[in-house]
Amino acid sequence: MAYIELRNVSKSFGTGKDRTQVLSNINLEIEEGEFVAIVGFTGSGKTTLINLISGLLMPDEGQVLFKGESVTGPSHERGVIFQNYSLLPWLNVRNNVGMAVKEAFKKMSKKDRSKRVEDYVEMVNLSPAIGKLPKELSGGMRQRVSVTRALSMSPDVILMDEPLSALDALTRGNLQEEILNIWNKDKKTALLITNDVDEGILMADRIIPLKPGPKATLGPEYKINLERPRDKAALNHNEDYKQLRNGIMEYLIQIGEQRASKKESNHVLPDIKPRVKITPFRRISFS
Amino acid sequence: MKDRSIHILNFVGLGFFEPAIRLATGEEIKKNLIALFKKVLLPLLSVGLFLLLWHSGATYLYNVEKDARIEKALTDQGAAAALEMRTCIESGDISCQPNTLPSPAQVWTAYESLLADHMVISDKKTAFAEKVAVTNAQREAQGLAPITYTGRPSFVDQILTSLKTVFAGFLLALFIAVPIGIMLGLSKTLRSSVNWLIQIFKPVSPVVWLLLVFMIVKTLTRGSDSDSSFIISFISVGLCSMWATLVNTSMGVSSVDKDYINVAKVLQLSVAQKVFKIILPSSFPLIFTGLRITLSVAWMVLIAIELLAQSPGLGSFVWEEFQNGANDSNSKIIVAMFVIGIIGFLLDRIMLTIQKFVTFTEETA
Repeated sequence: MAYIELRNVSKSFGTGKDRTQVLSNINLEIEEGEFVAIVGFTGSGKTTLINLISGLLMPDEGQVLFKGESVTGPSHERGVIFQNYSLLPWLNVRNNVGMAVKEAFKKMSKKDRSKRVEDYVEMVNLSPAIGKLPKELSGGMRQRVSVTRALSMSPDVILMDEPLSALDALTRGNLQEEILNIWNKDKKTALLITNDVDEGILMADRIIPLKPGPKATLGPEYKINLERPRDKAALNHNEDYKQLRNGIMEYLIQIGEQRASKKESNHVLPDIKPRVKITPFRRISFS
Repeated sequence: MKDRSIHILNFVGLGFFEPAIRLATGEEIKKNLIALFKKVLLPLLSVGLFLLLWHSGATYLYNVEKDARIEKALTDQGAAAALEMRTCIESGDISCQPNTLPSPAQVWTAYESLLADHMVISDKKTAFAEKVAVTNAQREAQGLAPITYTGRPSFVDQILTSLKTVFAGFLLALFIAVPIGIMLGLSKTLRSSVNWLIQIFKPVSPVVWLLLVFMIVKTLTRGSDSDSSFIISFISVGLCSMWATLVNTSMGVSSVDKDYINVAKVLQLSVAQKVFKIILPSSFPLIFTGLRITLSVAWMVLIAIELLAQSPGLGSFVWEEFQNGANDSNSKIIVAMFVIGIIGFLLDRIMLTIQKFVTFTEETA
């Protein structure tokens, strides 16, 4: 049995006429220790998908199974790294992480807890900033804190919802490597949602495109058999990588065009022209 | 040292002193001179202009009143009386001064006389306390209430009474509005069920609140002869001013960023922890905005309420002076006006400083 399993999951939002089905008939299996990336366009329902797995949302139809049991709500076992960091602005780095540690390890002594917080902050090289508030940190540093917060609870699964999409290219590259390094240590099951195919190929074992919503479904999966650790610079010259990348890109472009053409056909433009009323110039006289 | 003091000044809202401090240390002289001009000299200039306008307006009104008096003496009693009236007014005799808008100078004199009056009264009080010290000690031993000073309160006493009333009212508003606001914010059902009541009571005038409180307190304190005017006025102040806090708190609590709620869910916080660690801290800015409005409303309605409730304080001072109609009454009213304004401003600054202490600032990125 798969570690995480989605069976015929559908999710809709809104009521009545405005009701739209965001996800339709999603089937997904993730094995233990696997790193899966889901790529898709913005607005295709990626965040909804990860919220369903984390337990923040419940599916309308179908089932979300974790270790064979139905997901009924959020749990420490599934750590979430949010797209917009979601750090509490009134707490400094230590307390933001400390809050998670305190909840996940209720029986741990205070001393051990603060040791744990410090160790995890050290892991992402943020020790000098441990007393700072989120507003005093750069975007990259904030996302590091968010990563630390999720990992410090030692979850069985890490769910990442476009964790790096708000960062500049350089910071993004660095953080990709850092996350991979951390992941390499204990090879936890990970699900990465991203809009960047390169990021997916660099990090994941499998890439699955999400077709654009509404009624988004998963596309065909692409296995990535590139050897780890993967070097970003070297990958650029790797033929397998190029082929894989082009394959996924072509697929995405193709479904993107389908969506675009579908949209156009939905709108019938009325055959009307503006009526132009011509008014004669008024003479301005200076008398 | 310099940076620290500038930081503190900015924190308590006296940031306009910053260029002066920077100038004193010889830092970027030209830039700071301009800043000093903009931040200190221009406001001073506008105050001066205001005083000038006030003075000329008061002079004009004084002349109108003076001419009317002389005219009246002329028609009523004849030319001799008119001449007498003119000399009387011009000699500055108190008995025949025109009664109109006082000039800044008169107001300043009234302010000084109020201060002097305060000194006299506090001297009297200390003398009284010394005189009855022995008797009071005896009475205390016998279990009797001590004899207290019952003389006329000074202007400063009135200010202190008013401050006491406003703080009592503010605390009442705080203890009613914040908990109820939190409950309303947390429960949509509760919010929609009392929404009508809130909308109806919110715009009710302070005067009506006072009368309502009067009706209730009068019955409740039936039989006791203690003075209930303080209770009536502080409860009315609290009831009038609590709405801003109530509405702001419930809005703050109900509109907590969904991301923070998601964090609470993922961390599996208990309900109490969710309220105290996520919802309250994130709604602090709005709660404090509400409290600031509450305090300024409380101070504003206090004057009207004291005036009507006959409870001691600045409001009754103003009313008594108006009824009194003495020569310097108008000036004293204006003094009270400025005192009320300045104290209101200071209260707001204090609240702002506390607010800065306890709330986070939104992320700047």
